[in-house]
Amino acid sequence: MTAKNQRLALALLAVGAILAAALLALSGLKDQAAFFYAPGDVARAVPPPDQAVRLGGMVQKGSIRRARDGVSIAFVVTDGRATTPVTFSGIAPDLFREGSGVVAEGHFNADRSFTATNLLAKHDEKYMPPEVAGRMHETTTLED
Amino acid sequence: MPSLHAFANPARFLKIARPLTPVLLLLGAALVAIGCWAGLTRTPADYLQGETVRILYIHVPAAWLGMGGWSGIAISSLVFLVWRHPLADVAARAIAVPGATFAALCLVTGAIWGRPTWGTWWQWDGRLTSMLLLFFVYLGYLALAQADRERGGDGRIPALYGLAGTVLLPIIRYSVVWWNTLHQGASIGLTRSSIDGAILWPLPFTILGFTLLFGAIVLMRMRTILARAKAEARLRRKARPAVVA
Repeated sequence: MTAKNQRLALALLAVGAILAAALLALSGLKDQAAFFYAPGDVARAVPPPDQAVRLGGMVQKGSIRRARDGVSIAFVVTDGRATTPVTFSGIAPDLFREGSGVVAEGHFNADRSFTATNLLAKHDEKYMPPEVAGRMHETTTLED
Repeated sequence: MPSLHAFANPARFLKIARPLTPVLLLLGAALVAIGCWAGLTRTPADYLQGETVRILYIHVPAAWLGMGGWSGIAISSLVFLVWRHPLADVAARAIAVPGATFAALCLVTGAIWGRPTWGTWWQWDGRLTSMLLLFFVYLGYLALAQADRERGGDGRIPALYGLAGTVLLPIIRYSVVWWNTLHQGASIGLTRSSIDGAILWPLPFTILGFTLLFGAIVLMRMRTILARAKAEARLRRKARPAVVA
């Protein structure tokens, strides 16, 4: 084995070892590194009310209810496995809408509902012009 | 026998790099201009995000070059460590500044994009945090390479650091797969894309254009580093008799 091959083997071994160590550390981190809980993640054990957490999922279709005060809304977050009712007072981002992704910051209540102090909209990886989207999604208009 | 060492000769490298630099620069600038013009005027708005989606044409090339730059540093570091190729060390040092700049551009355009769509400038999610780490790793490389040069090192320590930093690249790539993140999943794969063709088509122009500009900047910086080394060597030769006398 020449010195060159020796160095090559050593360098590749070192990179492999570092990658393996990082992957091992990250797999141990898996749940802690999540940005939010999905309703299904917390279905068994709801975090205590004094713990600040994020809840993420899809806003269930037809679940948004607006209160009379004009700033409070209530909706249901679902991940297909479980659902959580959420209440929020404040300004929701433009992309917050039914059937779309949402991340709510706040805390759980004793009755397993969620009180949000801030809402973030999460969109998916699809980008398309409105005409294409109109063909794919059901659109609701004011003219019935 | 043509081998890797044929290009180790700085004179031969300069003979190719000198005419190549303006070609890359002009071609890259033209492609970026076409891509930006088309992206601003010739594509439809997104059904959900509206006009905001147009920042894609800058954000995606910036992310690609931020990560691609570190891939370049890693490959150059490996070539330098194994084959002791002097130009590889020069290349790695030349890539670091534009790489860090594009990583920063990716973070800034991402924040500007995130405010109107997600409703936040910044969140500590897996994708955003790992990209910020890459930017810090670039800064660390710059400091280390500078320190190594000043104390007369042979460049092996920054090269080891360049190899070790590679660990971030798969983490950034798969952060949106491994963890719940605010950032959406990958839109562009090797063979398919979830971006509609009407929105997608200017993107290859800006990606290729910025990549060519990146190449031109790297070549310019490599030539600068080589010229400085030559000037320093000449100064040392001149200074020697004076010290002896």
